[in-house]
Amino acid sequence: MTDMRYLAPSTLDEAVGAFAAAAGAARILAGGTDILVQMRAGMVQPGLIVDIKKIPELTGIEETADGGFVIGAAVSGAVLYEHPRFGEVWPGVLEAINLIGSTQVQGRASAGGNLCNGSPAGDSVPAMIAAGATVTVQGPNGRRQMPVEAVPAGPGRTNLTPGEILVSFTLPPRAKGASDAYLRMIPRTEMDIAVVGCGVNLTLKDGVCTAARVGLGAVAPTVLLVEAAAKALIGSKLDDAAIETAAAACRAACRPIDDKRGTIVYRTKVAGVLLKRTVAIAADRAGRA
Amino acid sequence: MAKLHISTKINGEPTEFLCDPNDSMLDVLRGPLALTGSKEGCGSGDCGACSVMLDGRLVCSCLMLAAEAEGHEIETIEGMAEGEKLHPLQQKFLEMAALQCGICTPGVLVASKALLEKNQNPTETEVRYWLAGNLCRCTGYDKIVRAVLDTAAEMREATR
Ligand SMILES: Cc1cc2nc3c(=O)[nH]c(=O)nc-3n(C[C@H](O)[C@H](O)[C@H](O)COP(=O)(O)OP(=O)(O)OC[C@H]3O[C@@H](n4cnc5c(N)ncnc54)[C@H](O)[C@@H]3O)c2cc1C
Ligand code: FES
Ligand code: FES
Repeated sequence: MTDMRYLAPSTLDEAVGAFAAAAGAARILAGGTDILVQMRAGMVQPGLIVDIKKIPELTGIEETADGGFVIGAAVSGAVLYEHPRFGEVWPGVLEAINLIGSTQVQGRASAGGNLCNGSPAGDSVPAMIAAGATVTVQGPNGRRQMPVEAVPAGPGRTNLTPGEILVSFTLPPRAKGASDAYLRMIPRTEMDIAVVGCGVNLTLKDGVCTAARVGLGAVAPTVLLVEAAAKALIGSKLDDAAIETAAAACRAACRPIDDKRGTIVYRTKVAGVLLKRTVAIAADRAGRA
Repeated sequence: MAKLHISTKINGEPTEFLCDPNDSMLDVLRGPLALTGSKEGCGSGDCGACSVMLDGRLVCSCLMLAAEAEGHEIETIEGMAEGEKLHPLQQKFLEMAALQCGICTPGVLVASKALLEKNQNPTETEVRYWLAGNLCRCTGYDKIVRAVLDTAAEMREATR
Protein backbone atom coordinates (compact mmCIF):
# COMPACT_ATOMS: atom_id res chain seq x y z
CA MET A 1 0.00 0.00 0.00
CA THR A 2 1.42 3.36 -0.98
CA ASP A 3 1.20 6.29 1.39
CA MET A 4 -2.09 8.07 1.12
CA ARG A 5 -2.97 11.44 2.59
CA TYR A 6 -6.47 12.56 3.58
CA LEU A 7 -7.62 16.18 3.45
CA ALA A 8 -11.05 17.61 4.26
CA PRO A 9 -10.79 21.30 3.36
CA SER A 10 -13.59 23.67 4.25
CA THR A 11 -13.28 25.89 1.18
CA LEU A 12 -13.49 25.12 -2.50
CA ASP A 13 -10.32 27.11 -3.25
CA GLU A 14 -8.32 24.97 -0.83
CA ALA A 15 -9.80 21.81 -2.31
CA VAL A 16 -9.02 22.84 -5.90
CA GLY A 17 -5.51 23.91 -4.87
CA ALA A 18 -4.71 20.59 -3.20
CA PHE A 19 -6.40 18.55 -5.92
CA ALA A 20 -4.56 20.34 -8.73
CA ALA A 21 -1.19 20.30 -6.92
CA ALA A 22 -1.34 16.51 -6.51
CA ALA A 23 -1.89 16.19 -10.27
CA GLY A 24 -3.16 12.75 -11.27
CA ALA A 25 -2.41 11.14 -7.90
CA ALA A 26 -5.39 12.65 -6.09
CA ARG A 27 -9.02 11.57 -5.96
CA ILE A 28 -12.10 13.46 -4.82
CA LEU A 29 -14.19 11.78 -2.11
CA ALA A 30 -17.91 12.55 -2.01
CA GLY A 31 -20.04 9.69 -0.61
CA GLY A 32 -17.31 7.14 -1.30
CA THR A 33 -19.72 4.47 -2.56
CA ASP A 34 -17.74 4.08 -5.78
CA ILE A 35 -14.26 5.30 -4.90
CA LEU A 36 -13.84 3.34 -1.66
CA VAL A 37 -14.98 0.14 -3.37
CA GLN A 38 -12.47 0.78 -6.16
CA MET A 39 -9.67 1.50 -3.67
CA ARG A 40 -10.41 -1.66 -1.72
CA ALA A 41 -10.36 -3.68 -4.94
CA GLY A 42 -6.96 -2.18 -5.78
CA MET A 43 -8.31 -0.56 -8.95
CA VAL A 44 -7.12 2.90 -7.81
CA GLN A 45 -4.39 3.80 -5.33
CA PRO A 46 -4.63 7.53 -4.76
CA GLY A 47 -1.81 9.41 -3.08
CA LEU A 48 -4.28 11.99 -1.79
CA ILE A 49 -7.97 11.90 -0.98
CA VAL A 50 -9.76 15.25 -0.98
CA ASP A 51 -13.01 14.93 0.98
CA ILE A 52 -15.36 17.65 -0.29
CA LYS A 53 -18.18 17.21 2.23
CA LYS A 54 -16.99 20.00 4.56
CA ILE A 55 -17.44 22.60 1.78
CA PRO A 56 -20.84 24.31 2.20
CA GLU A 57 -21.36 24.99 -1.52
CA LEU A 58 -21.00 21.29 -2.29
CA THR A 59 -23.46 20.09 0.33
CA GLY A 60 -26.28 22.64 0.06
CA ILE A 61 -29.61 22.66 -1.80
CA GLU A 62 -30.88 26.05 -2.91
CA GLU A 63 -34.18 26.95 -4.56
CA THR A 64 -33.37 30.03 -6.63
CA ALA A 65 -35.62 33.11 -6.90
CA ASP A 66 -36.74 32.10 -10.42
CA GLY A 67 -37.84 28.64 -9.21
CA GLY A 68 -34.77 26.69 -10.30
CA PHE A 69 -32.61 24.54 -8.06
CA VAL A 70 -28.89 24.47 -7.34
CA ILE A 71 -27.82 21.17 -5.80
CA GLY A 72 -24.35 20.73 -4.33
CA ALA A 73 -22.42 17.97 -6.09
CA ALA A 74 -21.93 16.03 -2.82
CA VAL A 75 -25.54 16.14 -1.55
CA SER A 76 -26.62 12.57 -0.73
CA GLY A 77 -29.76 10.95 -2.12
CA ALA A 78 -31.25 10.74 1.38
CA VAL A 79 -30.76 14.47 2.01
CA LEU A 80 -32.27 15.41 -1.35
CA TYR A 81 -35.25 13.15 -0.62
CA GLU A 82 -35.95 15.10 2.58
CA HIS A 83 -36.03 18.47 0.80
CA PRO A 84 -39.60 19.80 1.11
CA ARG A 85 -39.91 21.02 -2.49
CA PHE A 86 -37.41 19.33 -4.74
CA GLY A 87 -39.34 16.09 -5.31
CA GLU A 88 -42.50 18.02 -6.17
CA VAL A 89 -40.76 20.01 -8.88
CA TRP A 90 -38.39 17.32 -10.21
CA PRO A 91 -39.95 13.93 -9.35
CA GLY A 92 -38.04 12.16 -12.14
CA VAL A 93 -34.63 13.44 -11.09
CA LEU A 94 -35.38 12.55 -7.48
CA GLU A 95 -36.61 9.02 -8.26
CA ALA A 96 -33.50 8.42 -10.37
CA ILE A 97 -31.13 9.49 -7.59
CA ASN A 98 -33.12 7.52 -5.02
CA LEU A 99 -32.78 4.33 -7.09
CA ILE A 100 -29.03 4.30 -6.41
CA GLY A 101 -28.27 1.38 -4.10
CA SER A 102 -29.70 0.55 -0.69
CA THR A 103 -30.83 2.77 2.18
CA GLN A 104 -27.24 2.69 3.44
CA VAL A 105 -25.86 3.74 0.03
CA GLN A 106 -28.49 6.50 -0.19
CA GLY A 107 -27.14 7.93 3.04
CA ARG A 108 -23.90 8.77 1.23
CA ALA A 109 -24.19 8.49 -2.57
CA SER A 110 -24.28 11.80 -4.47
CA ALA A 111 -25.36 12.82 -7.95
CA GLY A 112 -21.90 14.36 -8.41
CA GLY A 113 -20.22 11.04 -7.66
CA ASN A 114 -22.65 9.22 -9.92
CA LEU A 115 -21.77 11.54 -12.83
CA CYS A 116 -18.01 11.75 -12.19
CA ASN A 117 -17.66 8.01 -11.75
CA GLY A 118 -18.42 7.89 -15.46
CA SER A 119 -20.49 4.73 -15.53
CA PRO A 120 -22.74 4.55 -18.61
CA ALA A 121 -25.33 2.97 -16.27
CA GLY A 122 -25.35 5.69 -13.57
CA ASP A 123 -29.02 6.10 -12.71
CA SER A 124 -29.14 9.84 -12.04
CA VAL A 125 -27.43 10.81 -15.29
CA PRO A 126 -30.23 10.20 -17.85
CA ALA A 127 -32.69 12.02 -15.58
CA MET A 128 -30.32 14.98 -15.15
CA ILE A 129 -29.75 15.12 -18.91
CA ALA A 130 -33.50 15.01 -19.56
CA ALA A 131 -33.97 17.80 -17.01
CA GLY A 132 -31.60 20.01 -18.99
CA ALA A 133 -29.38 20.35 -15.93
CA THR A 134 -26.03 22.10 -16.20
CA VAL A 135 -23.03 21.65 -13.93
CA THR A 136 -20.71 24.25 -12.47
CA VAL A 137 -17.12 23.11 -12.42
CA GLN A 138 -14.20 24.82 -10.71
CA GLY A 139 -10.54 24.25 -11.43
CA PRO A 140 -7.19 26.01 -11.27
CA ASN A 141 -8.28 28.22 -14.19
CA GLY A 142 -11.56 29.29 -12.63
CA ARG A 143 -15.19 28.33 -13.09
CA ARG A 144 -17.13 27.14 -16.06
CA GLN A 145 -20.54 25.74 -16.84
CA MET A 146 -21.37 22.78 -19.02
CA PRO A 147 -24.48 20.70 -19.78
CA VAL A 148 -24.57 17.37 -17.94
CA GLU A 149 -24.44 15.45 -21.24
CA ALA A 150 -21.03 17.02 -21.96
CA VAL A 151 -19.45 15.58 -18.80
CA PRO A 152 -19.10 11.83 -19.56
CA ALA A 153 -16.29 10.94 -21.97
CA GLY A 154 -16.54 7.14 -21.87
CA PRO A 155 -16.72 4.37 -19.29
CA GLY A 156 -14.92 5.69 -16.18
CA ARG A 157 -13.84 8.94 -17.87
CA THR A 158 -15.12 12.53 -17.82
CA ASN A 159 -14.35 15.72 -19.71
CA LEU A 160 -13.31 17.54 -16.53
CA THR A 161 -9.74 18.78 -16.95
CA PRO A 162 -7.02 17.98 -14.37
CA GLY A 163 -7.71 19.72 -11.06
CA GLU A 164 -11.35 20.45 -11.83
CA ILE A 165 -14.03 19.68 -9.24
CA LEU A 166 -17.74 19.41 -9.93
CA VAL A 167 -19.37 22.04 -7.71
CA SER A 168 -23.11 21.85 -8.33
CA PHE A 169 -26.00 21.00 -10.61
CA THR A 170 -28.33 23.76 -11.76
CA LEU A 171 -31.86 22.76 -12.73
CA PRO A 172 -33.87 25.32 -14.68
CA PRO A 173 -37.16 26.85 -13.51
CA ARG A 174 -40.32 24.90 -14.35
CA ALA A 175 -43.09 25.99 -16.69
CA LYS A 176 -46.68 25.11 -15.76
CA GLY A 177 -47.56 21.70 -17.15
CA ALA A 178 -43.99 20.42 -17.00
CA SER A 179 -42.83 17.23 -15.30
CA ASP A 180 -40.37 14.38 -15.58
CA ALA A 181 -39.89 10.67 -14.89
CA TYR A 182 -37.15 8.05 -14.78
CA LEU A 183 -37.42 4.29 -15.21
CA ARG A 184 -34.74 1.66 -15.29
CA MET A 185 -34.83 -1.99 -16.22
CA ILE A 186 -32.89 -4.30 -13.90
CA PRO A 187 -33.01 -8.08 -13.62
CA ARG A 188 -33.84 -7.81 -9.88
CA THR A 189 -36.22 -5.42 -8.08
CA GLU A 190 -33.49 -3.69 -6.01
CA MET A 191 -29.73 -3.32 -5.83
CA ASP A 192 -28.68 -3.93 -9.41
CA ILE A 193 -27.10 -2.12 -12.33
CA ALA A 194 -29.38 -0.76 -15.03
CA VAL A 195 -29.73 -2.71 -18.28
CA VAL A 196 -31.39 0.40 -19.67
CA GLY A 197 -32.28 3.65 -17.92
CA CYS A 198 -34.60 6.26 -19.44
CA GLY A 199 -35.29 9.81 -18.31
CA VAL A 200 -38.04 11.91 -19.91
CA ASN A 201 -38.84 15.55 -19.19
CA LEU A 202 -41.72 17.22 -20.97
CA THR A 203 -44.10 20.17 -21.00
CA LEU A 204 -47.75 19.91 -22.01
CA LYS A 205 -49.92 22.83 -23.10
CA ASP A 206 -53.58 22.09 -23.88
CA GLY A 207 -52.61 18.47 -24.47
CA VAL A 208 -49.81 19.31 -26.89
CA CYS A 209 -46.21 18.55 -26.01
CA THR A 210 -44.38 21.86 -26.33
CA ALA A 211 -40.96 20.82 -24.99
CA ALA A 212 -39.24 17.49 -24.34
CA ARG A 213 -35.85 16.01 -23.56
CA VAL A 214 -34.91 12.34 -23.41
CA GLY A 215 -31.86 10.82 -21.69
CA LEU A 216 -30.91 7.19 -22.22
CA GLY A 217 -28.47 5.23 -20.05
CA ALA A 218 -26.60 1.89 -20.18
CA VAL A 219 -26.95 1.48 -23.95
CA ALA A 220 -23.74 3.20 -25.14
CA PRO A 221 -20.27 4.10 -23.78
CA THR A 222 -21.80 7.31 -22.34
CA VAL A 223 -25.29 8.29 -21.28
CA LEU A 224 -27.04 9.79 -24.31
CA LEU A 225 -29.22 12.81 -24.99
CA VAL A 226 -31.58 11.48 -27.67
CA GLU A 227 -32.60 14.59 -29.58
CA ALA A 228 -34.46 12.67 -32.30
CA ALA A 229 -36.76 11.14 -29.68
CA ALA A 230 -37.52 14.56 -28.21
CA LYS A 231 -38.19 15.94 -31.69
CA ALA A 232 -40.76 13.21 -32.35
CA LEU A 233 -42.63 14.14 -29.17
CA ILE A 234 -42.57 17.93 -29.53
CA GLY A 235 -45.62 19.29 -31.34
CA SER A 236 -47.55 16.05 -30.95
CA LYS A 237 -50.42 15.18 -28.63
CA LEU A 238 -48.30 12.23 -27.47
CA ASP A 239 -50.37 9.98 -29.72
CA ASP A 240 -49.27 6.41 -30.43
CA ALA A 241 -47.57 7.32 -33.72
CA ALA A 242 -45.44 10.06 -32.12
CA ILE A 243 -44.48 7.82 -29.21
CA GLU A 244 -43.60 4.95 -31.55
CA THR A 245 -41.38 7.30 -33.59
CA ALA A 246 -39.67 8.42 -30.37
CA ALA A 247 -39.19 4.78 -29.29
CA ALA A 248 -37.66 3.97 -32.68
CA ALA A 249 -35.28 6.92 -32.23
CA CYS A 250 -34.19 5.52 -28.87
CA ARG A 251 -33.58 2.08 -30.38
CA ALA A 252 -31.59 3.68 -33.20
CA ALA A 253 -29.41 5.56 -30.70
CA CYS A 254 -28.34 2.36 -28.90
CA ARG A 255 -24.78 1.11 -29.19
CA PRO A 256 -24.89 -1.27 -26.22
CA ILE A 257 -22.65 -4.03 -24.90
CA ASP A 258 -23.55 -7.69 -24.51
CA ASP A 259 -23.20 -8.88 -20.93
CA LYS A 260 -24.76 -11.17 -18.35
CA ARG A 261 -27.44 -8.56 -17.59
CA GLY A 262 -28.60 -8.15 -21.16
CA THR A 263 -27.72 -8.81 -24.78
CA ILE A 264 -27.46 -6.12 -27.46
CA VAL A 265 -30.80 -7.15 -28.94
CA TYR A 266 -32.51 -7.12 -25.55
CA ARG A 267 -31.10 -3.75 -24.45
CA THR A 268 -32.09 -2.18 -27.76
CA LYS A 269 -35.63 -3.50 -27.53
CA VAL A 270 -36.01 -2.46 -23.88
CA ALA A 271 -34.81 1.08 -24.72
CA GLY A 272 -37.94 1.56 -26.84
CA VAL A 273 -40.23 -0.02 -24.27
CA LEU A 274 -38.88 2.12 -21.46
CA LEU A 275 -39.24 5.29 -23.53
CA LYS A 276 -42.97 4.58 -23.93
CA ARG A 277 -43.50 3.82 -20.26
CA THR A 278 -41.47 6.79 -19.08
CA VAL A 279 -43.31 9.19 -21.41
CA ALA A 280 -46.62 7.93 -20.01
CA ILE A 281 -45.56 8.64 -16.43
CA ALA A 282 -44.05 12.05 -17.23
CA ALA A 283 -47.17 13.04 -19.22
CA ASP A 284 -49.47 11.98 -16.41
CA ARG A 285 -47.46 14.06 -13.93
CA ALA A 286 -47.27 17.01 -16.34
CA GLY A 287 -51.06 16.94 -16.69
CA ARG A 288 -51.31 17.57 -12.97
CA ALA A 289 -48.38 19.99 -12.63
CA MET B 1 2.36 6.13 7.15
CA ALA B 2 1.48 9.16 9.26
CA LYS B 3 -1.35 8.33 11.65
CA LEU B 4 -4.32 10.66 11.89
CA HIS B 5 -5.73 11.64 15.25
CA ILE B 6 -9.52 11.64 15.15
CA SER B 7 -11.96 13.01 17.73
CA THR B 8 -15.48 11.72 17.44
CA LYS B 9 -18.44 10.54 19.49
CA ILE B 10 -19.36 6.87 19.52
CA ASN B 11 -22.60 5.74 21.18
CA GLY B 12 -22.72 9.05 23.00
CA GLU B 13 -19.17 8.83 24.39
CA PRO B 14 -16.49 11.27 23.23
CA THR B 15 -13.89 8.99 21.65
CA GLU B 16 -10.45 9.56 20.18
CA PHE B 17 -8.46 7.19 18.02
CA LEU B 18 -5.47 7.00 15.70
CA CYS B 19 -5.93 5.62 12.20
CA ASP B 20 -4.26 5.29 8.85
CA PRO B 21 -5.74 7.56 6.17
CA ASN B 22 -7.04 4.56 4.24
CA ASP B 23 -8.57 2.69 7.19
CA SER B 24 -12.31 2.29 6.92
CA MET B 25 -14.54 3.17 9.85
CA LEU B 26 -15.30 -0.54 10.11
CA ASP B 27 -11.55 -1.35 10.38
CA VAL B 28 -11.23 1.04 13.32
CA LEU B 29 -14.44 -0.06 15.04
CA ARG B 30 -13.49 -3.73 14.91
CA GLY B 31 -9.75 -3.15 15.47
CA PRO B 32 -8.48 -0.51 17.89
CA LEU B 33 -11.92 0.33 19.32
CA ALA B 34 -12.78 -3.37 19.86
CA LEU B 35 -16.41 -2.80 18.93
CA THR B 36 -16.76 -6.06 17.05
CA GLY B 37 -20.56 -6.07 16.86
CA SER B 38 -20.44 -4.53 13.39
CA LYS B 39 -19.47 -7.28 10.96
CA GLU B 40 -17.61 -7.33 7.67
CA GLY B 41 -19.55 -9.42 5.19
CA CYS B 42 -18.25 -7.97 1.95
CA GLY B 43 -16.35 -4.71 2.39
CA SER B 44 -18.04 -3.31 -0.70
CA GLY B 45 -21.39 -1.90 0.43
CA ASP B 46 -23.45 -4.87 -0.68
CA CYS B 47 -24.34 -6.75 2.52
CA GLY B 48 -25.08 -4.17 5.21
CA ALA B 49 -23.51 -6.23 8.03
CA CYS B 50 -21.37 -3.19 8.88
CA SER B 51 -24.36 -0.77 9.16
CA VAL B 52 -23.93 2.11 11.61
CA MET B 53 -25.56 5.50 12.10
CA LEU B 54 -23.51 8.54 11.10
CA ASP B 55 -25.10 11.72 12.49
CA GLY B 56 -28.43 9.90 12.59
CA ARG B 57 -28.18 8.51 9.06
CA LEU B 58 -27.82 4.84 8.16
CA VAL B 59 -24.54 4.10 6.32
CA CYS B 60 -22.16 1.22 5.64
CA SER B 61 -19.11 1.69 7.86
CA CYS B 62 -17.03 -0.27 5.33
CA LEU B 63 -17.71 2.51 2.79
CA MET B 64 -16.58 5.32 5.06
CA LEU B 65 -13.04 6.33 5.89
CA ALA B 66 -12.32 6.38 9.62
CA ALA B 67 -10.88 9.87 9.11
CA GLU B 68 -14.34 11.07 8.09
CA ALA B 69 -15.58 10.50 11.66
CA GLU B 70 -13.79 13.67 12.83
CA GLY B 71 -16.37 15.92 14.46
CA HIS B 72 -19.26 13.56 13.75
CA GLU B 73 -21.34 11.13 15.81
CA ILE B 74 -21.50 7.41 15.29
CA GLU B 75 -23.90 4.88 16.75
CA THR B 76 -23.20 1.18 16.55
CA ILE B 77 -25.05 -1.96 17.62
CA GLU B 78 -23.18 -1.75 20.95
CA GLY B 79 -25.20 1.37 21.79
CA MET B 80 -28.58 -0.22 21.14
CA ALA B 81 -29.34 -1.91 24.47
CA GLU B 82 -29.51 0.22 27.60
CA GLY B 83 -27.20 -1.73 29.88
CA GLU B 84 -28.87 -5.11 30.41
CA LYS B 85 -32.15 -3.90 28.89
CA LEU B 86 -32.48 -4.98 25.29
CA HIS B 87 -34.06 -2.72 22.69
CA PRO B 88 -37.55 -3.99 21.75
CA LEU B 89 -36.19 -5.04 18.34
CA GLN B 90 -33.44 -7.12 19.96
CA GLN B 91 -35.96 -8.73 22.30
CA LYS B 92 -38.33 -9.52 19.45
CA PHE B 93 -35.58 -10.96 17.26
CA LEU B 94 -34.78 -13.41 20.06
CA GLU B 95 -38.41 -14.31 20.71
CA MET B 96 -39.23 -14.85 17.06
CA ALA B 97 -35.93 -16.53 16.15
CA ALA B 98 -35.23 -13.91 13.50
CA LEU B 99 -31.59 -14.92 13.38
CA GLN B 100 -29.56 -18.04 12.81
CA CYS B 101 -25.79 -17.57 12.45
CA GLY B 102 -26.15 -13.93 13.53
CA ILE B 103 -23.64 -12.34 11.18
CA CYS B 104 -26.23 -10.12 9.53
CA THR B 105 -28.11 -9.40 12.76
CA PRO B 106 -26.25 -6.34 14.11
CA GLY B 107 -26.62 -4.58 10.75
CA VAL B 108 -30.26 -5.63 10.40
CA LEU B 109 -31.02 -4.35 13.91
CA VAL B 110 -29.29 -1.00 13.37
CA ALA B 111 -31.08 -0.57 10.04
CA SER B 112 -34.47 -1.61 11.46
CA LYS B 113 -34.12 0.80 14.38
CA ALA B 114 -33.38 3.59 11.90
CA LEU B 115 -36.56 2.68 9.98
CA LEU B 116 -38.80 2.65 13.06
CA GLU B 117 -37.44 6.02 14.15
CA LYS B 118 -38.60 7.50 10.83
CA ASN B 119 -41.73 5.44 10.33
CA GLN B 120 -43.59 3.93 13.27
CA ASN B 121 -46.04 2.07 11.07
CA PRO B 122 -44.20 0.67 8.04
CA THR B 123 -45.88 -1.69 5.61
CA GLU B 124 -44.25 -5.03 4.82
CA THR B 125 -43.17 -3.61 1.46
CA GLU B 126 -41.56 -0.62 3.15
CA VAL B 127 -39.66 -2.90 5.53
CA ARG B 128 -38.44 -5.08 2.68
CA TYR B 129 -37.24 -2.12 0.59
CA TRP B 130 -35.63 -0.41 3.57
CA LEU B 131 -33.72 -3.62 4.40
CA ALA B 132 -32.82 -4.46 0.78
CA GLY B 133 -29.21 -3.58 1.55
CA ASN B 134 -29.01 -6.05 4.45
CA LEU B 135 -28.28 -9.50 3.12
CA CYS B 136 -29.02 -12.62 5.17
CA ARG B 137 -27.85 -16.03 4.04
CA CYS B 138 -29.76 -17.98 6.70
CA THR B 139 -33.27 -16.87 7.59
CA GLY B 140 -34.85 -16.30 4.21
CA TYR B 141 -35.81 -12.81 5.50
CA ASP B 142 -39.36 -13.70 6.45
CA LYS B 143 -38.75 -13.96 10.18
CA ILE B 144 -36.73 -10.74 10.10
CA VAL B 145 -39.54 -8.85 8.39
CA ARG B 146 -42.19 -10.30 10.75
CA ALA B 147 -40.08 -9.39 13.78
CA VAL B 148 -39.69 -5.80 12.61
CA LEU B 149 -43.43 -5.47 11.90
CA ASP B 150 -44.31 -7.02 15.28
CA THR B 151 -41.91 -4.75 17.12
CA ALA B 152 -43.36 -1.73 15.36
CA ALA B 153 -46.88 -2.75 16.41
CA GLU B 154 -45.77 -3.31 20.00
CA MET B 155 -43.94 0.01 20.17
CA ARG B 156 -46.99 1.84 18.80
CA GLU B 157 -49.14 0.12 21.43
CA ALA B 158 -46.70 1.10 24.18
CA THR B 159 -46.73 4.78 23.29
CA ARG B 160 -50.52 5.03 23.10
C1 LIG C 1 -24.12 -1.55 -2.96
C2 LIG C 1 -24.05 -0.51 -4.04
C3 LIG C 1 -25.13 -0.34 -4.90
C4 LIG C 1 -25.09 0.62 -5.92
N1 LIG C 1 -26.18 0.76 -6.72
C5 LIG C 1 -26.18 1.70 -7.70
C6 LIG C 1 -27.33 1.89 -8.53
O1 LIG C 1 -28.37 1.23 -8.35
N2 LIG C 1 -27.27 2.83 -9.51
C7 LIG C 1 -26.15 3.60 -9.72
O2 LIG C 1 -26.17 4.45 -10.59
N3 LIG C 1 -25.05 3.44 -8.94
C8 LIG C 1 -25.04 2.52 -7.95
N4 LIG C 1 -23.92 2.35 -7.15
C9 LIG C 1 -22.73 3.15 -7.41
C10 LIG C 1 -22.59 4.44 -6.57
O3 LIG C 1 -23.30 4.33 -5.35
C11 LIG C 1 -23.09 5.68 -7.31
O4 LIG C 1 -22.38 5.85 -8.51
C12 LIG C 1 -23.00 6.96 -6.46
O5 LIG C 1 -23.82 7.96 -7.00
C13 LIG C 1 -21.58 7.49 -6.32
O6 LIG C 1 -21.63 8.68 -5.54
P1 LIG C 1 -20.59 8.95 -4.35
O7 LIG C 1 -20.93 10.29 -3.80
O8 LIG C 1 -20.58 7.83 -3.38
O9 LIG C 1 -19.23 8.99 -5.17
P2 LIG C 1 -17.72 8.74 -4.77
O10 LIG C 1 -17.46 7.30 -4.62
O11 LIG C 1 -17.33 9.64 -3.65
O12 LIG C 1 -17.05 9.27 -6.12
C14 LIG C 1 -17.22 8.61 -7.36
C15 LIG C 1 -16.18 9.11 -8.36
O13 LIG C 1 -16.43 10.45 -8.73
C16 LIG C 1 -15.37 11.30 -8.33
N5 LIG C 1 -16.03 12.49 -7.77
C17 LIG C 1 -17.01 12.48 -6.81
N6 LIG C 1 -17.46 13.73 -6.59
C18 LIG C 1 -16.75 14.55 -7.41
C19 LIG C 1 -16.76 15.96 -7.66
N7 LIG C 1 -17.62 16.77 -6.99
N8 LIG C 1 -15.90 16.48 -8.57
C20 LIG C 1 -15.03 15.66 -9.24
N9 LIG C 1 -15.00 14.32 -9.08
C21 LIG C 1 -15.84 13.76 -8.16
C22 LIG C 1 -14.57 10.51 -7.33
O14 LIG C 1 -13.22 10.88 -7.30
C23 LIG C 1 -14.77 9.09 -7.83
O15 LIG C 1 -13.90 8.82 -8.88
C24 LIG C 1 -23.94 1.42 -6.10
C25 LIG C 1 -22.85 1.26 -5.23
C26 LIG C 1 -22.91 0.32 -4.20
C27 LIG C 1 -21.74 0.17 -3.27
S1 FES D 1 -19.26 -5.16 4.98
FE1 FES D 1 -20.07 -3.21 4.60
S2 FES D 1 -21.72 -3.66 3.31
FE2 FES D 1 -20.81 -5.60 3.55
S1 FES E 1 -28.66 -15.07 10.30
FE1 FES E 1 -26.98 -15.81 9.18
S2 FES E 1 -26.73 -14.25 7.70
FE2 FES E 1 -28.55 -13.67 8.64
